[in-house]
Amino acid sequence: MKARAFAYARPSSLAEAHAAFAGADGDASFISGGQSLVPALAMRLQAPQVLIDLSAIPEMRGVRLDGETLRIGALTRHAETLTEPLIRAHAPLLAAAAPFVAHPAIRNRGTVGGSVALADPASEFPAMMLAMGAEMEISGVDGMRRVAADDFFQDLYQTAIEPGEILVALHVPAAGPRHVCAFDEMARRRGDYAMVGGGILAERDGAVIVNPRIALFSVGPTPVRARNAEAEIAGKALDADTIAAAQRALDADIDPLDDAEIPAAMRRHLARVLLGRLLRKLETCS
Amino acid sequence: MNAPFDRPLGAAPHLEPGVHVGRPLPRPNAKRLVAGRGNYVTDMKRPRMLHAAFVRSPFAHARIVRIDVEAARAAPGVALVATGEDLAKLCTPWVGTLDHFKGMKSEPQLPLPLERVTWSGQAVVAVVAESRAAAEDACELVEIEYEDLPVLADLDTALAPDAPRLVEGFADNLCFRSALESGAVDDLFASAAHVVEADLAFGRHTGVTLEPRAIIADYDASEHALTVHHGTQTPFQFQDLYSRHYGIPEARVRVAAPDVGGSFGVKLHVYHEDMAVIGLSMLAGRPVKYVVDRLEAFVSDIHARDHRVKAKAAVGADGRILAMAVEDETAIGAFSTYPRTSAVEGNQVIRLIGAPYRLEAYRADLKVVFQNKTQTSQYRAVGHPIACAVTEHLMEKAAAATGLDPFEVRARNLISDDAYPCQSLTGFKFEQLSHEACLAKLKTLMDYDRLRAEQAELCARGIHRGIGIAAFVEITNPTPAFYGIGGARISAQDGAVIKITPSGEVRCLISVTEQGQGTEAIIGQIVADYLGVSRDIVRVITGDTEVTPHGGATWACRGAGIGGETALQAAKKLKANVLNVAAAILQAQPGDLDLVDAEVVDKAGGTVRLSLAEVARIAYFRSDTLPPGTDAQLTVAHHYAPSGYPFAFTNGIHGCHVEVDAEIGLVKILKHFVVEDCGRIINPLLVEEQVRGGVVQGLGAAFFEECRYDEAGQLVNGSLADYLVPMSCEMPDIVIAHMETPTRDTELGAKGCGEAGTAASSAAALNAVNDALAPLGAELTQIPMTPARILKALGAY
Repeated sequence: MKARAFAYARPSSLAEAHAAFAGADGDASFISGGQSLVPALAMRLQAPQVLIDLSAIPEMRGVRLDGETLRIGALTRHAETLTEPLIRAHAPLLAAAAPFVAHPAIRNRGTVGGSVALADPASEFPAMMLAMGAEMEISGVDGMRRVAADDFFQDLYQTAIEPGEILVALHVPAAGPRHVCAFDEMARRRGDYAMVGGGILAERDGAVIVNPRIALFSVGPTPVRARNAEAEIAGKALDADTIAAAQRALDADIDPLDDAEIPAAMRRHLARVLLGRLLRKLETCS
Repeated sequence: MNAPFDRPLGAAPHLEPGVHVGRPLPRPNAKRLVAGRGNYVTDMKRPRMLHAAFVRSPFAHARIVRIDVEAARAAPGVALVATGEDLAKLCTPWVGTLDHFKGMKSEPQLPLPLERVTWSGQAVVAVVAESRAAAEDACELVEIEYEDLPVLADLDTALAPDAPRLVEGFADNLCFRSALESGAVDDLFASAAHVVEADLAFGRHTGVTLEPRAIIADYDASEHALTVHHGTQTPFQFQDLYSRHYGIPEARVRVAAPDVGGSFGVKLHVYHEDMAVIGLSMLAGRPVKYVVDRLEAFVSDIHARDHRVKAKAAVGADGRILAMAVEDETAIGAFSTYPRTSAVEGNQVIRLIGAPYRLEAYRADLKVVFQNKTQTSQYRAVGHPIACAVTEHLMEKAAAATGLDPFEVRARNLISDDAYPCQSLTGFKFEQLSHEACLAKLKTLMDYDRLRAEQAELCARGIHRGIGIAAFVEITNPTPAFYGIGGARISAQDGAVIKITPSGEVRCLISVTEQGQGTEAIIGQIVADYLGVSRDIVRVITGDTEVTPHGGATWACRGAGIGGETALQAAKKLKANVLNVAAAILQAQPGDLDLVDAEVVDKAGGTVRLSLAEVARIAYFRSDTLPPGTDAQLTVAHHYAPSGYPFAFTNGIHGCHVEVDAEIGLVKILKHFVVEDCGRIINPLLVEEQVRGGVVQGLGAAFFEECRYDEAGQLVNGSLADYLVPMSCEMPDIVIAHMETPTRDTELGAKGCGEAGTAASSAAALNAVNDALAPLGAELTQIPMTPARILKALGAY
């Protein structure tokens, strides 16, 4: 289990990084925390000529509040999402998901941007970008562009990032006093990829839920917005009937894969149970 | 899990000063390993060392049409590329059968195949290069053309009368079949008040050692000598095998096992790659290293426990189990593992079923069935967990049929503590067991009545808790009746050499080996105790055929019972020699002297006469001052083989307390309880560590671990991301209590405890989950109890 030989570059700017990619005729991989890429290299599932290490690019680092938006640099480590006060204050859903991400050793190296760019359909952070309505800041040879989370996740491991582009930062609308959130997942072991997981971010006006965003993971090839379920709770108080209606509506939102270990019908069942639990948790959140 | 230090270290209030056996002393090597000073084969380097990598078959069963290695041979850094034909010129084939398993059959094996691959992941071509990475690069250049053959990937396919035969010329796909019958089985079933039945399935799983298998072979043509550094439990067994299959005189083969990162039975079998590496070193004339990587481990380490059991019990109106009848079908690999075979597990299953209980009749039929899968063989608690789960599942059904409490039904059926010696219907001779005392102790330990009351109260609130218990009998201290009788050159005896060094310290070289379980710790305690020195001046050396006497080493629970007795007798012999020399120096009678804490003292009164260091100084450097003719033998050798009962059986009982989330099929294991009786306890700390580790492996089998294959014979979850092992977050506190019933076959009185944790924990967990699900009308008959299976049983999807 040894990687094929590769060249290594550690650019100190985005421009250098793009130049390095161009210089490799496209046969290059960007690496940040390496928690998915390094095992893939060792198993020879990937074998780029050049590995371009993004860790020295300053604008990909740091977390700051820009007015109503929290800018989370792509190189922010998973562990920092547990401890960074700005994230706890303004992106509480991300902070709620963070303890469920893998194990401490992986959290110490893995990065939020790396996780979102990889877009593993079983990962917590990509789905939470959907729930939070984040925007992805992407750097290309021609400059920066922004893509909304709703348009970002396209298919299995496929995102709006084009070859050679770099995910630089995540822009998350800062949560206000009216926001409530809930996160949960069902995993066979703590830290494993979940059988089903999800998060909800919404506003509450008295007893009424406004602008709910529900995102689930491990229920299909991409993280999924549960728009039918959202429609059932928007503008309503979360009583038992509303929750049951949302659970029924969820079936049309998801299209889980069938596998021997977790059949699709079982994932649908788990997703319904999860949604019920999230909504009850949301109700008692504030 | 509990912190194991539930009593002060080194303090055992009932023990006299100078007594070491019975104290909870930490392992002396633990500090070294934690400090990163371990010496594992994985990390070792030898001068001029090359690295091997293997091209593996992507097919479960296929004919090899063509192999092209020319591009690989020309690749940078490659020293040689070898195929089956190259190694067949050096290595004779092996067949994994034992003579006492009548009718057993298995296809001869070579390091690399000549014509056919028989499981997916089988090594086909070896590449040896300057680095492992270069070897793997060259592996990508090897071209092999295959032609598909029919695949046997499940029991039904292999057992069908018209099934394709895995081996041409074999009458069927059975490696071995065995039937047992004792007593009037049919009559008892016909007249029983109740007949309870069960179809149980057990997941195939594997050992997952922290350090994978690792080997460095160094053949020296100038001396026709072979040195092998090998992460193994059994260096002498491999010395014999490498010598005989490669035609190198035994005395010129050295096998050294330095620190070994876990074994659990995985590292005492012949693996094709390991045999190949010996030949590769002969071809290269240089040391060749091979370390199995984790993905390779899943498709090449032995698998175990793949059983399907149909069982029934005849139950009297009073809850007495009168008879049991079982059919066990077990799926092995494409051949029987060498030299311990793939039939011992099934054989132990059918002989251990019902073992704790008083049966009047028993019938068993075992089929050991070939599959196009990785080989299977002995893994911790061989056969015990399956036998235990079958027996204890039937016991629960008997309790339900007769309306008895699980403790009561067992109390009515267990062999009484005053009934020994006695013999099971399957021929096992029990010297003395303590089932009744363990049962009573478990009930108190669990606070059973309170748990039942709490269960009822919570059930009313929709919280589903369950309690399961399971009694077991464990096979330990095997005599030559285990392997020797079947013609395998696997020693049942062990040897020790103990010497006093010139400074008056003690070195003990012993054939039992250490893989993290504390063998060296307990041998040190025994030597210190029976010689009469402090523990810290005893150094124990294991694992090198060039250094220690020949012996069986570590397997099947024999390190403490057999290795310990060997050390004890050697220490006594040495003590007598020391006192002889001391008596000559002191002009006293040896019988009037004693050795206490490395001082020669008067037996009466305890006055210190001479230090051990002074005895050693005189013996080694001033023998001229000793009376003429003094026989100063400060080094002794002793060999010991058990010769009384064929096995020293032990016993115990487990309790498991769980809570099932019936909506999502996940189980929280709240607590696990064990009462075990391993005879005389040499080190309670290590016994409890063994039991806890074993319980975790058993709970892994119960809830997580399973090698899953598709219909094409492909292992679909062969990585640690997909094959789940139990982790600390999911494991409960494990509460342990002991009974001590020493064997009278030895002076030490110790039996084994290595299987005690694994033997019954999965059975107790199965019963606990079924107890929790009973109010919901669901029952599980398969382990691991995955969320999918639990939800299926509940009809949730």
